[in-house]
Amino acid sequence: MSDSPQWFDEEAGPVVRPYALIRGRTRPSGDAFDLVATVRALAEAPAGELGPEQQLILRAARSPISVADLAVELDLPVGVVRVLLGDMRDQGLISVSSPSAGGTRPNERILKEVINGLRAL
Amino acid sequence: MDSVLSEDPVALKILVAGGFGVGKTTLVGSISEIKPLRTEEVLSDRGVGVDDLDGVEAKTTTTVAMDFGRITIREGLVVYLFGTPGQERFWFMWDELSYGALGAVVIADTRRLTDCFPSVDYFEQRGTPFVVAVNCFDGAERHSVEDVRIALDLDDDVPVMLCDVRRRTSAKEVMITLVEHSLRTLTSAN
Repeated sequence: MSDSPQWFDEEAGPVVRPYALIRGRTRPSGDAFDLVATVRALAEAPAGELGPEQQLILRAARSPISVADLAVELDLPVGVVRVLLGDMRDQGLISVSSPSAGGTRPNERILKEVINGLRAL
Repeated sequence: MDSVLSEDPVALKILVAGGFGVGKTTLVGSISEIKPLRTEEVLSDRGVGVDDLDGVEAKTTTTVAMDFGRITIREGLVVYLFGTPGQERFWFMWDELSYGALGAVVIADTRRLTDCFPSVDYFEQRGTPFVVAVNCFDGAERHSVEDVRIALDLDDDVPVMLCDVRRRTSAKEVMITLVEHSLRTLTSAN
């Protein structure tokens, strides 16, 4: 490792492996996805073309799942998952919808429902 | 893929803030299934999202695990709890976290009340509805809610309450108080 760039030294710790996975990028193409944005699979995995992580994402996103839940499920840092998701969206494999897409703030009805739901816990 | 056509689930975000070791993790764990969410951040100073910093002062990069909990109200309506990294140097993460957040719980420990000043300032400036939950540690001197309100110079409408973050009923009360406060803020703005 002596001839590696300085930021790839051993101090980099766990950064190296996950980010190698996404070829060193730290930002997804397009806007960053919110942690609670909803991810959905739009297609089945094209055979042989996807890495194991992408296949796991497609499988997990068959029913809608949040970006944060995906990161937990894949046991990968959120930043890495976002980059993977950006690629997959560009390939038309998934859709990612912002939680605020339908309205900027949760409405009164939803909040009352949450209050009742919390009481019932 | 039937799910493609179904309506988007409603995802609400609540932040849990406060100083180190004040009970953020415990609060999230009391009321939801808690999972560590890995984020990857560069450090140049002490202060990671962990309470024990001994021996890590020299680290320049680290994995920050953020507390992450989920409460399913019903199918299609989920409340996500995020424990904010407890140091000012992580404010860039807070900006992202607080965007679109329903509100925040600031946990205070009266033995070191100053630890929660940055959180209170932050949410006041952002206009994020928040409540202050005073965690009653065993053996900690009890202060009245009014003392805490004065010490933190809080607006009259900000709820301040005593709590025991270890107890689910108490954690529930805190969350309900916050959502009720958010609802009031919402309706008074309309």
